[in-house]
Amino acid sequence: MNLQNITLISFGYFGKDILEKAAGAVSQEFSFPVSIKEGHIDLSEFYDSARRQYNGNNLLKQVDSFSLPDSFKTLGIFNVDLFIPILTFIFGQAFLGGKTGIASIYRLDNERYGMVGNSQILLNRFTKEVVHELGHTFGLIHCLNPSCVMRSSTYVEDIDQKTQNLCIRCREEFVSLTGV
Amino acid sequence: MARKISILIVDDEDSVRDSLYNWFIEDGFRVECAENAKKALTILESGEFDIILADIKMPGMDGLEMLRRIKSLKKDSIVIVMTAFATVDTAVKALKDGAYDYVTKPFDPDDLTHLIRNATKQISLTDENENLKKKVISLENVEDLIGGSEAMKNVLREVESVAQTNSSVIITGESGTGKELVARAIHSNSSRKYFPFVSVHCGALTESLLESELFGHEKGAFTGAMYNRKGRFEMADSGSIFLDEIATISTKMQVELLRVLESKTFTRVGGNKEISSDFRVICATNKDLKNMVEKGTFREDLYYRLNVVNIQIPPLRDRKEDIPLLVDYFIKKYCTSMNKPAVPIDQSALKRLQEFNFPGNIRELENMIERAIVVGTGKKIGLQDLPLEKTMVNNFAESLDDFERAFILQILNKYNWNISRTAKALKVDRVTLYNKIKKYDLKLAGQ
Repeated sequence: MNLQNITLISFGYFGKDILEKAAGAVSQEFSFPVSIKEGHIDLSEFYDSARRQYNGNNLLKQVDSFSLPDSFKTLGIFNVDLFIPILTFIFGQAFLGGKTGIASIYRLDNERYGMVGNSQILLNRFTKEVVHELGHTFGLIHCLNPSCVMRSSTYVEDIDQKTQNLCIRCREEFVSLTGV
Repeated sequence: MARKISILIVDDEDSVRDSLYNWFIEDGFRVECAENAKKALTILESGEFDIILADIKMPGMDGLEMLRRIKSLKKDSIVIVMTAFATVDTAVKALKDGAYDYVTKPFDPDDLTHLIRNATKQISLTDENENLKKKVISLENVEDLIGGSEAMKNVLREVESVAQTNSSVIITGESGTGKELVARAIHSNSSRKYFPFVSVHCGALTESLLESELFGHEKGAFTGAMYNRKGRFEMADSGSIFLDEIATISTKMQVELLRVLESKTFTRVGGNKEISSDFRVICATNKDLKNMVEKGTFREDLYYRLNVVNIQIPPLRDRKEDIPLLVDYFIKKYCTSMNKPAVPIDQSALKRLQEFNFPGNIRELENMIERAIVVGTGKKIGLQDLPLEKTMVNNFAESLDDFERAFILQILNKYNWNISRTAKALKVDRVTLYNKIKKYDLKLAGQ
């Protein structure tokens, strides 16, 4: 049993490619093996009809309650619009220095903003969000370096500005936190 | 971010507190939460927070009441109120009560980021401002008032104690000892430091000019008075006025000054409106005012009015141990202003400076160092860069040997240590000159 395993659990339909490519990038960035699993939860329980969105806080707690013995970091991946009570939307969130995070692909697609869809851009954005939220689970906070994946992003354009890698300082911090 | 900004979240809803907590923690802030205003106030009593993010509608004490209480405890606290759409009016009221800003729930992530970024920018500006103020004050306090001697330490102690009062001060000391600097130090250490320090050189003005300078004048008061002009007393309102060379003012001005000091009111020349001004008077003189009072040239009542505290600044010759510090300070000062690297001073030159009497006190030393930096090679200040020997022959002849030594050295330097020419100029033979050089241990500068 390998406890140093990161698990991406998808809830809903995703193209196989996008999950595998994202998993490859995560493995490369954090140097841990990454496995992909399919999860099933009744999303209607998390739906807020007034906001027509899904409650990110409750989803995070739900994913956190899953017991995955072979995994030390878990990221729930959704294709629905997430919110937290205080904010109009979120791309994802995580327990800082904890075990769990969530991310959604819903707002990452160009088509959502009336533009022509672009699968490569979507993959890049999705990968960055997955790495970003997992970075929080390792204890990394938001970084001011514009190219660092831990840079806070409130719009998709912000995600496009950064790379999918940790900057030198965040890399050092990651090493000191994990010993990897 | 220079330091970790702290945020206190006050909201009765768990989900709101959790969401904001996670959001800010990910941004690297120090975060604490309170579920009601009472708990928030208890937390604030035991620790300071840079930003307080509070909901307006809470059971028990509402956000507005909490805002008022926080503001009464710490006026410059940054409180951001959160409100629902229906309570924007209340948010406006909160702004009037001193809230930094407000956000309507739920807010766009970008709005929250901007709001916090602006608040942290204000905090860092406030911090920077405080630090700069402290730096400026410390610079004002110590700059130019150099000295580690006991005599100077006494002066600094007196400055410190008198600065806290509002009493008039007379600073006495020889010309060039730094009387104005002491006056500035008193001002900048007092509670009046953020108000003007107005300096008037009484000796440089005629009686009528001094009157107009001190009290101001109305348009047309005299030929050339084309505009209304504020006087120095008026300018010094809430601050300090420094009257240098107070002993030089006329008897008439002494009467005027006494009246102003007693009533703190005056009228401009040519005017009839009484003006009041709250100033502190600091005077300076190099004369013996007491003696002038005895001779009847200075009013006794004015003397006692001014002489509440007397600070006597010692001449430089009485605190020669301060000379190396002063030399070092002036070298740095002038090299910096001339964009030159700081030059060291030759030990023999420094020794000679310490032997010198400095009748012109620190001003003379300062001018000497400035000149040496201007005309020197830029590598080292040596004896040849200091106009010391010439001055010394004139001013420092405490013994015949001293005089002879300085004079021979001066002539040697004049002829670039050419023994024959120096001996000829001194009208002695070469052997005698060699003997004198040996006797006085004279050396070519730099050797």
